[in-house]
Amino acid sequence: MSEALWALGRGTGVVALVLMTITVVLGILTRSGRPAFGMPRFAVTLVHRNSALIGTVFILIHIVSLLFDPYAQLNLIDYFVPFVGAYRPFWLGLGAVAFDLIIAIVVTSLLRRSIGQRAFRVVHWATYAMWPIALFHAIGTGTDASSGLFILLALACFSAVAGSVIWRLSTHFQLRGATRLDRRIDPSRIAPAPEVKEIQ
Amino acid sequence: MPGRTLHIDWTRCDARGSCIELLPELLRRDNWGYPLARTGSEFAVPAHLDDAAEDAVNLCPVLALRFTAPVRG
Repeated sequence: MSEALWALGRGTGVVALVLMTITVVLGILTRSGRPAFGMPRFAVTLVHRNSALIGTVFILIHIVSLLFDPYAQLNLIDYFVPFVGAYRPFWLGLGAVAFDLIIAIVVTSLLRRSIGQRAFRVVHWATYAMWPIALFHAIGTGTDASSGLFILLALACFSAVAGSVIWRLSTHFQLRGATRLDRRIDPSRIAPAPEVKEIQ
Repeated sequence: MPGRTLHIDWTRCDARGSCIELLPELLRRDNWGYPLARTGSEFAVPAHLDDAAEDAVNLCPVLALRFTAPVRG
């Protein structure tokens, strides 16, 4: 039984990492205002939201299943207060920090309408801290960290998020109306009239 | 169910375009990517488009859409 819980705890952690990676990439895509992967803009936002919620459920399973692990002997407080546990306090503490941030991000997202856009956005920025902390937690605590497959997966996740962040910071990130982009360019550099196809 | 009215808050709208995809019957894209309704900032939503309008309100990334008082008649 405890073996099963241990396996469940590990497996759900890995799945949560993948889902949160998808969430971050789709969140950045949402911000860019572009359709992506054959989905319209609103669908990118929807999948972003849903993968975040499913990822959070996986993290809850991850946490609850390891609560009963006889080896790590975790207390409830270890999940919320970082670095106080007896079992690998640093690496587990990173997980607790990430979990606290996830709670804040999810709650403010669900209450976006009541708390307002500004508070929502400020807390949402914490994702950029949460994701790397969670990745370090996975690599550091993970019993699977020595397995080649997990390292490959972690590398793939890292590349996806790092690539998205670099793109996020690049000049061509924002795309709205075709002309809106053109207005940022020095007019002398666009000799032919910009194409406007969207309105007849 | 009587049709409701949607209001576009132009101080918030950032031309992300989700609402235009969800309500192509009511909105089109202007040259700058902003939603364009026939009646301006406020427009009536026919009952059969109410679900799509609800989605548009919930999925606007900058909370620029909201329902205002229902239309009479």
